Amino acid sequence: MKQVMQEYFIENRTRVVEIAAFLDRLERASDGVSPAEDFRMAALQRALTVLASNDPDKLGQIQLIFSDPTTEPKQVLDSKSAAGAWNPMAVN
Amino acid sequence: MNYIEMHGHMVSRTTDDYNEMAMAGCVAISEPAFWAGWDRKSADAFEGYFRQLTEFEPTRAAQVGIRHMTWLCLNPKESEDRELTAEVLRRIPKFLNGPNVLGIGEIGMNRVTVNEIAGFNDHVKLALEYRQMILIHTPHLEDKYKGTRVTIENLLKHPGLDPKKVLIDHAEEHTIGLILENGFYTGLTLYPNTKVSPARAADIVEKYGPERITISSACDWGPSVPKAVPHFMLEMRRRGHSESLIKKVVFDNPLEFLLQSGKFELPRLGIHAAAGVAHK
Repeated sequence: MKQVMQEYFIENRTRVVEIAAFLDRLERASDGVSPAEDFRMAALQRALTVLASNDPDKLGQIQLIFSDPTTEPKQVLDSKSAAGAWNPMAVN
Repeated sequence: MNYIEMHGHMVSRTTDDYNEMAMAGCVAISEPAFWAGWDRKSADAFEGYFRQLTEFEPTRAAQVGIRHMTWLCLNPKESEDRELTAEVLRRIPKFLNGPNVLGIGEIGMNRVTVNEIAGFNDHVKLALEYRQMILIHTPHLEDKYKGTRVTIENLLKHPGLDPKKVLIDHAEEHTIGLILENGFYTGLTLYPNTKVSPARAADIVEKYGPERITISSACDWGPSVPKAVPHFMLEMRRRGHSESLIKKVVFDNPLEFLLQSGKFELPRLGIHAAAGVAHK
């Protein structure tokens, strides 16, 4: 464990600091609209809860939080690109 | 250490990238047909692209001693036009006997639409009819889990399909188990922002073992690193893994998969084309 901590701590500390900076940046840019209203932010907040937990499979849980859990195909193409998180309010 | 780049979109890369990859140990590249970043408007445009993949890129790669192989298809991002899909599929067979054509790919899903699924199944049928191997793209980000499940569900409906002659690419932690347990080969693609990092790829190999897992950069016109595979090799060494384990996933597994095409060879290394043909 000590070796993994030694090898990977600083790069992951950096990642947490970057997330904090991103969240602060979002708040500054909110223009009266809460970032929490965005489906991506809602997913990110759920993921952050898992990060702070003792779940032995945090990565598996977080991958599923961001994923579309359905298997029903879209009838029409809505966008060429993925958004990064599933939007449960989007029409199939 | 020699390695095989299993997924490189070299049409988007420079000759300097070929040089750098060769100097880093790359001996072969498998290049799937993909989306150019904009939709091609005619089957003629696809033919031009297929000529680039079968004529120009092998020549460019050979200049630095890299063996270039390719896969042909209409990418899922362009499959909403069913008429265009049918016409491109009609033209693909005349390229299949080309010396560097490995099979059909990268087919698959993007946003998992009805038309994408129809186009995917059309390609699988074509591959089976012409006894071709298949390389499959799985979707990005939130669509990956769904797209991988729908892909496998559809593949399993095709009688005669040998899962060992199919590679389902861009696997991540939440999809690799499903791919491997159904007998397919898989690929971990190393991207700076999306998909998998070298460290996570090493985690996956540690967790699942090396069987049927390949590693690639999937370098293209977006943010990507043509020498990502050596980054993975370095990560594995950093953790104290053996050279034989590293070679297994960056060279032996890709070689084992590609030799099934009956075309892949590396004469410079004494590796000659096997007699195997896909989907007998």
